[in-house]
Amino acid sequence: MVETATQIPASIDASTPEKVGLLRVLGPAHVWALGVGIVLVGEYMGWNFAVGKGGAYAALIACWFAGVLYTCVAMIDSEVTSTVAAAGGQYTQAKHIVGPLMAFNVGLYLVFAYTMLEAANAITVGFLIDTVAVMTGHDGLDQRPFIILAIMFLAWLNYRGVLATLSFSLVITAIAFSAIIILFLATAPFMGDSPLRHAELMTDLPYGWLGVLASMHFGLWYYLGIEGTTQAAEEVRSPARALPFGTLAGIITLLIAATLTWYVCVGLMPWEYLGQAGVPLFDAARLSGSTFLMVLLGIGTLFATLASANGCICDASRAWFAMGRDHYLPSWFGAVHPTYRTPYRSIIFLVPIALIFALGAPLDQVITFSILSGLLEYTFMPLNVILFRRKWPLETIKRGYEHPFHPIPAIVLLCLCGVAFFAVFLGYGTQLVAMVSFYVIVSLWFHFWRYRFVSRAAQFSMPWPRPAGY
Amino acid sequence: MARYIPPVQSKVGQIVDVIVLLVLAVGALYIPLWMGLAGSSKVPVPVDNPTWESLGQNPAMVEKWNQLGYADAASAAEVISARFDYSFSLGSLVLMIVVIVGYYAIMLRFSEKEFRDVISEKFGER
Repeated sequence: MVETATQIPASIDASTPEKVGLLRVLGPAHVWALGVGIVLVGEYMGWNFAVGKGGAYAALIACWFAGVLYTCVAMIDSEVTSTVAAAGGQYTQAKHIVGPLMAFNVGLYLVFAYTMLEAANAITVGFLIDTVAVMTGHDGLDQRPFIILAIMFLAWLNYRGVLATLSFSLVITAIAFSAIIILFLATAPFMGDSPLRHAELMTDLPYGWLGVLASMHFGLWYYLGIEGTTQAAEEVRSPARALPFGTLAGIITLLIAATLTWYVCVGLMPWEYLGQAGVPLFDAARLSGSTFLMVLLGIGTLFATLASANGCICDASRAWFAMGRDHYLPSWFGAVHPTYRTPYRSIIFLVPIALIFALGAPLDQVITFSILSGLLEYTFMPLNVILFRRKWPLETIKRGYEHPFHPIPAIVLLCLCGVAFFAVFLGYGTQLVAMVSFYVIVSLWFHFWRYRFVSRAAQFSMPWPRPAGY
Repeated sequence: MARYIPPVQSKVGQIVDVIVLLVLAVGALYIPLWMGLAGSSKVPVPVDNPTWESLGQNPAMVEKWNQLGYADAASAAEVISARFDYSFSLGSLVLMIVVIVGYYAIMLRFSEKEFRDVISEKFGER
């Protein structure tokens, strides 16, 4: 029983008896669920570390600037993805537009950004259950079994099939998003007696404007992962329509949710507490004085973390699978399950990696690892779209979507990435240098060793004309 | 351009490659943790005999701290007084910029070379 993947060039895979492809079963709502489902957890935990780095107002400014950054990401990504609709998303884009080494790096960005995010989600599940246990008088709960169970269950779900997985995400994401809206409506001043105390709790910028810059670091967490919509491109029925629609609708959803989350939380907690809280929206619900809201936001936190981890497993495994299929990694990973049509070996392989970090590293550092990989990926995107337009001008390839005002979004994105790098440097500089050093070393390893096992022309599978200038 | 035929990698070689990648990844992420170099530079500022007033907390804030389970100022002092140290040397900033720009420069240069080979083999020499 040998299984292989779609789009494997004949030269690579001549000996295999049967090609089994990924199923095209997803619509725009699933794309929205994949994007928002991964990211919505950012409103439930993690974003609030931006408050710790710069204060409440700094976190709001960071939220909006990060929103601009991700709008540029979505615009650029939608154009390229509507043309390069293949599993692996940005990895496949980089392979066709920039070159193999860039693609290898982008593939690793995706895998590590999503696997670290998955680990962060599992940590939050354990923390939430521990918090509830303490509130009900059960001190000293061991969080580890819940962390392991969450990752194993979601990996099993992903193993069994993408439609069931993303339908599950669609439902729990909708519930988690509704919980934020309900919390806002229940606590807003226009609804009557409001527990919000913005006037008394808001302070000046504790670190001045340098803190505003620094808070961009965790400001990315409001939206990190929305670009993951492209990972399921081979499983979407109409990628040229569904991917831009689902991605841009996702950004709008997240901008609304992020602003509402900030508004409610800073009106209920001192910034010093909020800046280090593990489950800020759940804490906000506790402080609202409503048992119903507390239960709802507890469920919302649980669902948001599960939806996010679910999407992360889906995306990371697609990126790993795509690299295996191209022999950038051992080709054993490029297999599709004969019955469930999922990249099952990649799904299983990434489980212990997620567990290593979920069980062994602190939450803020796991989040920083994820953010750094995401940031490196966002820095690649403007380079990618500029080269895409230069090598294949608009008249040479029909795009499903053409983003307006090129190259302004690319330039804005590049500038905001520079700001975000500086923000990470403020407070987490060692991790930044360590992580980039890792990518330098693996790049040299790939170029001088691994790339010899890769066919040259077979990597270029798009039906495009020869690029201009080559 | 002559078609490049990649060598077939043995199973042992494939396993070694995956192990190398994993060791590098886990090492890059965990070594700073083990060496105590990773993580935030946020440190609490010791406060002798803290009171809510000396910690700069108004009555509304005190009420919220109490609701959050901090019964007195001493229990909340560490959380309230902790601050990031954003001081940095010009040298460390320059190092960061060199590392990041150097990384992208290396990657774009090598990628360009590899990409030209791909295009030449795919579309033929001009």
